[in-house]
Amino acid sequence: MSIQTEPTSAPSPAGPPRPDDVPQPTLGASARAYLTRVRGGDVGALPAVAGLIVLVIVFSALRPSTFTNAFNFANLIQQGAPIIVIAMGLVFVLLLGEIDLSAGVAAGTSAAVMGVFLTNHGVNWLISTVICLLTGAVIGFLIGLLVARLGIPSFVVTLAWFLGLQGVTLVIIGEGGTIAFRDKTILALMNSNMPVWLGWVLWVVLMGGYAALTLRRSSSRAKAGLTHDPMALAAFKIGALAVITGAAVAYLSKERSPGTISIKGVPIEVSILVALLIGLTFLLTRTAWGRHVYAVGGNAEAARRAGINVPAVRLVCFVICSTLAAVAGILFASYDNSVSPTTGGSQTLLYAVGAAVIGGTSLFGGKGRIVDAVIGGFVIAIIANGMALLNQPSGRVYMVTGLVLLIAASVDAISRRRATATGRA
Amino acid sequence: MSTTTSHATQSRLGGDAPLLQLRGITKSFGAVSVLRGVDLEVRAGRVTALVGDNGAGKSTLIKGIAGIHQFDSGEYFFDGSPVHVAGPKDSAALGIEIVYQDLALCDNLDVVHNLYLGRELRKGGLLDEDTMETKARETLDGLSVRTLTSVRTHVASLSGGQRQTVAIARAVLWNSRVVVLDEPTAALGVAQTEQVLLLVRRLADRGLAVVLISHNLNDVFEVADDIAVLYLGELVAQVEVKDVTNSHVVELITTGSSSGGHGIQSSDAHPVRPTDKDAS
Ligand SMILES: Nc1ncnc2c1ncn2[C@@H]1O[C@H](COP(=O)(O)OP(=O)(O)OP(=O)(O)O)[C@@H](O)[C@H]1O
Ligand SMILES: [Mg+2]
Repeated sequence: MSIQTEPTSAPSPAGPPRPDDVPQPTLGASARAYLTRVRGGDVGALPAVAGLIVLVIVFSALRPSTFTNAFNFANLIQQGAPIIVIAMGLVFVLLLGEIDLSAGVAAGTSAAVMGVFLTNHGVNWLISTVICLLTGAVIGFLIGLLVARLGIPSFVVTLAWFLGLQGVTLVIIGEGGTIAFRDKTILALMNSNMPVWLGWVLWVVLMGGYAALTLRRSSSRAKAGLTHDPMALAAFKIGALAVITGAAVAYLSKERSPGTISIKGVPIEVSILVALLIGLTFLLTRTAWGRHVYAVGGNAEAARRAGINVPAVRLVCFVICSTLAAVAGILFASYDNSVSPTTGGSQTLLYAVGAAVIGGTSLFGGKGRIVDAVIGGFVIAIIANGMALLNQPSGRVYMVTGLVLLIAASVDAISRRRATATGRA
Repeated sequence: MSTTTSHATQSRLGGDAPLLQLRGITKSFGAVSVLRGVDLEVRAGRVTALVGDNGAGKSTLIKGIAGIHQFDSGEYFFDGSPVHVAGPKDSAALGIEIVYQDLALCDNLDVVHNLYLGRELRKGGLLDEDTMETKARETLDGLSVRTLTSVRTHVASLSGGQRQTVAIARAVLWNSRVVVLDEPTAALGVAQTEQVLLLVRRLADRGLAVVLISHNLNDVFEVADDIAVLYLGELVAQVEVKDVTNSHVVELITTGSSSGGHGIQSSDAHPVRPTDKDAS
């Protein structure tokens, strides 16, 4: 037996390592590490980004005049926005390894409740919005209670809510009826654009903020004597993002009206998407609660033993999901200028689940990001938009979208198997 | 557990007062009585091996110590005073850390995240990744763990021994005073077993009280100072390693009593009780 005489106190740090102690990875090493990750099954958003590029090329080739113009680009964002918002909420639930089949119709119900207050009772838009979000939160809370406290599989609970909420919406609106939305502020969300200068100001602020955060992170890690991305890689990431988003802003700043009334600038709903993307990503990656969501999805028993209140984490995830569905409900209502019993129905939920999964969020839990919803949402929106421009009947659009979802789910399952095989799952 | 005003008795093994002491612990699951009056003492700076056959109640006992299960009756002393451990938070507050048989790590998180799971360090309300990473590295270095090249690798890609190391490091990251390991070497090869045993020994040498559950008596004799034998829910002996031989312990584990263990009789406060079950 080898008994070693070590200090008998708690771990005694040998002083913080000097920065030059730590070998910093080179650009080549970082690239190799990334390739190893991808080969090991950790593909992230790679297939979705590749798919996005392929789709854009294909539709641009087939419909050069209509698909690529600025008008259609803005249109695409409009069509994708509500789906993306629902998908962002679904990411929370999917991270747990659960599902919310009622997210689409929850959007419709919340919007219907909002319509009753906003239109029928003339309540102001801000209060109506709060009521709408509360409706979503209550729906999520009830679902969460049934799943997290009673332990009913979320599939069954939310299937029941899927049916039940459609009934609620029907009762509120009445068979064949609609509730018109006439409030200027709410209608502006999906139908107006920022002034061109504001789009650019926001772009500069966001890119500046991103660059500052990235650089500050690198320097603080260097100061703590930890490895960090090589400067060149950080610069490349910042540059690439700036170019892509800058191109989008420039494109949206072009005149896109065929008529006399000018239409240009970044659509208002983009600011909602960006705010949600940043805020929710922050929540999931920079807070302890976000870490707990991943832990519960990865190994609920380990999370429980680590003292994490697992049912509470689950409950809150369902609340977030349904609340975001309510946000999407407002966007639907704004887009349609009304709410009908079919708002948020039919393919909405499948598109949203598809968006999250196509973007790289796993159906098995524990893996996913908010940005997945955005990337996957654009894939879905481009398919629907491009095929419509090709004058394809909606039957074919559904078939293609279904196929893409199956492919995404297969990529998810295969990468998971690979990950298990290479010990990375 | 019944609240009590009694005090911990002087250790029957002599030496320091036990850091953790259990008296008359019982626990049943429905009609099945799994623990039937267990007395156990665990001392600082020593490795106490807890041995017993499958289903003897070892895991149940440590889950009770951790507060995951509530004991039905019996007394629980920590540092000489009676304590009430109602949940994992209570045991953690006392400085008791458990490394479970099934490790309970999150495969989708990296080493740092696993080490700090549920107790993340924060700065201004946000995760303090840099400090966590630095301290994780220091802890692993402090345990002389050199097999982990990066603390940012996902736990899924680690070997069994490395995973065990992470689980143990997780237990000593906090100023813990008692570390309980449930079969830490069960799934490991020879070299990795040796590494983990070395680590276990180092914990005790650093002044922690270590409880080691193991089915491998070679491991037990290599690393333990005391041996406690659990037989069908009863603690039939707690002896010092130097007083017994391998075959005595085997006999205790399989029959609940020992015919020739001279060292065993010396623990007179807790004589080996022949039980009605060893009719064989
Ligand atoms: N939650 C439970 N509900 C009912 N019975 C249980 C429960 N947990 C354990 N038992 C029973 O208690 C007995 C002791 O189990 P325990 O896991 O403590 O044994 P062990 O000594 O750790 O065995 P092993 O060496 O196989 O790990 C077994 O008969 C088991 O079936
Ligand atoms: Mg066990």
